[in-house]
Amino acid sequence: MTGFLTVVRPGLFATIQDLGRFGFQELGMPVAGALDPVALRLANALVGNPQGTAGLEIALLGPALRVDAPGVRIAAVGPLALTLERDGAGAQPLEPYRSHTLLAGDVLRLGAVDGASVACLAVAGGFALAPVMGSLSSYVRAGIGPLGGRSLAEGDRLPLVLDAAPDGPDVELPQPPDYGAGPLRVVPGPQEDRFTEEALETFLSVPYRVGKQADRMGLRLEGPALEHRGSADIPSDGLVTGSIQVPGNGQPILLLNDHQTAGGYAKIATVISADLARAGRLRPGDSLSFQAVTVEDAEAIRRRQEQAIAGWIRAIRPVRPAGGIDLDALYGENLISGTVDIVNGGSDLPL
Amino acid sequence: MEVRFTSAGDTAFNVEFGETIDRATNARVMALHARLKAAPPPGLVETVPTFRSLLVVYDPVSTGRREMRAAVEAALAGSGTAPAEGRLWRLPVCYAPDLSPDLAELAGSLGLTAERVAALHGSVEYFVYMLGFMPGFGYMGDLPAELDRPRRTEPRVRVPAGSVAVAGRLTTVYPWESPGGWHLIGRCPVPLYDGNRPAPVLLAAGDRVRFEAVDRAAFEGIAEAASAGRFDPASLRAA
Repeated sequence: MTGFLTVVRPGLFATIQDLGRFGFQELGMPVAGALDPVALRLANALVGNPQGTAGLEIALLGPALRVDAPGVRIAAVGPLALTLERDGAGAQPLEPYRSHTLLAGDVLRLGAVDGASVACLAVAGGFALAPVMGSLSSYVRAGIGPLGGRSLAEGDRLPLVLDAAPDGPDVELPQPPDYGAGPLRVVPGPQEDRFTEEALETFLSVPYRVGKQADRMGLRLEGPALEHRGSADIPSDGLVTGSIQVPGNGQPILLLNDHQTAGGYAKIATVISADLARAGRLRPGDSLSFQAVTVEDAEAIRRRQEQAIAGWIRAIRPVRPAGGIDLDALYGENLISGTVDIVNGGSDLPL
Repeated sequence: MEVRFTSAGDTAFNVEFGETIDRATNARVMALHARLKAAPPPGLVETVPTFRSLLVVYDPVSTGRREMRAAVEAALAGSGTAPAEGRLWRLPVCYAPDLSPDLAELAGSLGLTAERVAALHGSVEYFVYMLGFMPGFGYMGDLPAELDRPRRTEPRVRVPAGSVAVAGRLTTVYPWESPGGWHLIGRCPVPLYDGNRPAPVLLAAGDRVRFEAVDRAAFEGIAEAASAGRFDPASLRAA
């Protein structure tokens, strides 16, 4: 039997996203994908999925989902309030950054996202939806993706690949991921030579603020105008997530995942890949500044970030029951016989 | 012009073949695109051809700038695969006044009649330089010089899907309803993007397009067939 998560309330803007629809930009197809790929990867790791499995990206206020399946394991990563309603009992809070095993009839309410633009929810096994052009990312502007490429609506039934929650205990990240702080790092270009010296210096020294026009396509930044040498217009060329284009008014636009594939404004710099999750988490009113690095620096920073993510995933551990014994410590100190497999569902603990 | 490499962060770089929009420059873009597609270096994600440059997108974890640039330089130096001949499409367009809200004004500003503008628009074979702006939006050139006008000063908030439009020396068909600043001179009844087709996007960079004027009855007939899924876009391919 196929199980579903049924959307009881849609929330404000929840979409299905994976790590993006690559390979079709030559047809003008935006990449889309999770604004915070680190959150999606970690949420997937918590439920035992490959890191690029499609999950839900939740902006502003999340949906309420009813479990119409024998069970399902979920995990949320990001600054998100979650509650669970079971057997008609009152709402009970659930923690993000760990997995939870839900039962048939449970209602999971994803509340406000506060502290970043988005949070991610992964389900063990993923959603049984047909990829569009190789991806389950939703490009809402043109309705491309699963569910007709739109955000969740009341009554949607999201089919689950697994018909029950996997065996084994729930697991947790020992702590939320560290996204780092300080300026967003950028590689100057591709058209840094289209700007005056003063503009480059201003861009790299003065803080900007995310304006009200901020969505999955990009963030309009407010701050000192950046002056072009000559025209702001170039023959349209390719864009990437993280491109910072500057139209004639001198106010930069930081392009995010739903950006057009090509654009005709000069681009002063490009946010490095290791800082894209931070950029994707920005909200209107947030302040940000930029620091120039070389491509080689950016590559080294990305390698270190990948090592850190791998380390966080290795540190995922069974959840310590509230008020119960510290299984992890017991495990670590080798007090439990090797024949008792707590990770794979052993129930006869020796205590 | 010498080939120029410009950085787009640590996941991509541009290979620029010039600063202008012309067929010779674009042919070099398409040649490199075809070669890299035929023999992708390890770690290549995709290449995106535009008017005068190719964006090379790669995975910075499995490869790096040095390796990818070397692979692209080798592809530039080699002979390799030539781009396949683009397809030739005959796109119907209806220039009726209610489907061409800017035709009269554009004609006036050019000192031409609306009929003459439509005739000139349909008089040449266009080349699809690139797609962008939105899925399936083709930048086609070159529009006859007599029709060269800058974009509208006030972009429209809502351009209907299928609008045939011109700006500068370029023409296009809007695949989606969207904002837009080009002059709307007609309407094409064939969807340039249709998610129900195995290949949803009709045009590809390198294709060629001829516009063929149709009357209102033919326009309605094709539009109706297309929305019912009874229109085969292969019928638009010129022999």
